[in-house]
Amino acid sequence: METFLPSTIQLSYIVATGLFFLGLKKLGSPATARQGNTWASIGMLIAVVATLLDTGVVNYPMILGAIALGSVIGFIAAKKVEMTQMPQMVGLLNGLGGAASALVAIAEFYRLLLEGSVPIPATVTAILGSLIGGITFTGSFVAFAKLQGLIGGKPMSLPGQKLINIFLLGLFLAGSVALLISPSSNIFLVITGISLILGLFLVLPIGGGDMPVVISLLNSLSGLAASAAGFVVMNNILIVAGALVGASGIILTVIMCKGMNRTLTNVLFSAFGGGATGSGGVAADGTEKSYRQVDAETGAMMLGYARSVVVVPGYGMAVAQAQHSVRELADQLATRGVEVKYAIHPVAGRMPGHMNVLLAEANVPYSQLYDMDDINGEFDRTDVALVIGANDVVNPDAKEDSNSPIYGMPILEVDKAKNTIVIKRSMKPGYAGIDNQLFYRDKTAMYFGNAKEAVADLVSEVKQL
Amino acid sequence: MSETLIGALFVFVLASFAGFEVITKVPPTLHTPLMSGANAISGIAVIGAMVVAGPKDNNFIVIMGLVAITLAMINVVGGFMVTDRMLQMFKK
Repeated sequence: METFLPSTIQLSYIVATGLFFLGLKKLGSPATARQGNTWASIGMLIAVVATLLDTGVVNYPMILGAIALGSVIGFIAAKKVEMTQMPQMVGLLNGLGGAASALVAIAEFYRLLLEGSVPIPATVTAILGSLIGGITFTGSFVAFAKLQGLIGGKPMSLPGQKLINIFLLGLFLAGSVALLISPSSNIFLVITGISLILGLFLVLPIGGGDMPVVISLLNSLSGLAASAAGFVVMNNILIVAGALVGASGIILTVIMCKGMNRTLTNVLFSAFGGGATGSGGVAADGTEKSYRQVDAETGAMMLGYARSVVVVPGYGMAVAQAQHSVRELADQLATRGVEVKYAIHPVAGRMPGHMNVLLAEANVPYSQLYDMDDINGEFDRTDVALVIGANDVVNPDAKEDSNSPIYGMPILEVDKAKNTIVIKRSMKPGYAGIDNQLFYRDKTAMYFGNAKEAVADLVSEVKQL
Repeated sequence: MSETLIGALFVFVLASFAGFEVITKVPPTLHTPLMSGANAISGIAVIGAMVVAGPKDNNFIVIMGLVAITLAMINVVGGFMVTDRMLQMFKK
């Protein structure tokens, strides 16, 4: 019995780990994704129940209470959250995972300290655990605050931010060395505090439009934090599951960086999107550039009599919650025999796959959603490209102007379509703070307004055709 | 360095490689659910938290462990459920 129970627990962990792997693998394909998520959650259930059997766990009422409390909060949050709030939700959950991992590392370090001796490996891993977990925690909360609109989306930094960061890192390293020489709970608290501050300073200078990268990276870090906590308590399931999440987060981070043609370092440390305020609409020689404006009626005629329409949604659609109106417009056009497709840029919106989630919520079948590489070849055969609240991801400067800050970023080539309608609130530049040449092209028609109202107006006009 | 640490590092490195292999080509449609599902798995820290909060000896440690359990469970339950909600919406 003495060896039976621990082996049973370990064996359950192996089963749980297998379920995590299979679950994540299945999450990679639309047909099996839901099943994959269920398998992973069953794995988690097995792991939690098995751990309750651990003879070291005697604090049942409190532990069960904490599990119940967390589950209820998680349940309510998952039921209540709006699909448009998904980036914030994921950001928040990343942060909580990171915080939990950091707390595990800190508590275990403290326990070893009380027992009299902390082995060097435990100290090193505990330091890493509190560093990664701490950064994930506060970094995620800043990301949450930016996405929720609690603080502005613009990059924020203190004067001399780089020097401050270097100083903090130095302090952190010095504290770590001191801990290795002689473990102390006070120094550990100090370096934990520094980790928390570093998390703030890491994400505050990053602009809202770079959030897809940040969220993916924090996702990865939340996994690595769990791994680090696993090293501290020497538990394989934490190490493996954490590594798995770390890997999946890195994969997404790389995809997002490629979508913007920028390196991770550039995203993290260049405070992109804050510099230029961009007056917009003024040509190099100082003259006002002209653009064509349309109203709902003309727009509806262009769309209604087209053979093919490609909808390009962006963050503006998410902000205005226009996805349902967009779907309605697509339905109206479809009944008139217009072929409607959606073109999704990898970094459209504020998190990986943001547009896909919103359109799915509005019941748009995912077979109508096209990735950048699949749709770009079709624009020259498209009658009307309808850009809704997207800007930088359709800016032809990315291909044509080597001086542009976004030069080299892969874009949706809507400028190749026979006509383009851009729904936008004003001529103001987008996130990157640069003017968009697309708006001044002869084939482009600007339709100003809030995305939801503008699309709704188009719907009623199309109905009257 | 102790052998257990080396063993753990071994496990970590292998798991990372396996992770990269398992999650290679994910269609953009599934980027968000993959992220929130993976995120729920990172709530595995709850296991560590239970082990830490398990013994009754020290109040400070037990409280930290309990807070960690609560946070990790929000992560786990919230993450899996919200992922399911999203995946439910994806239709052909």
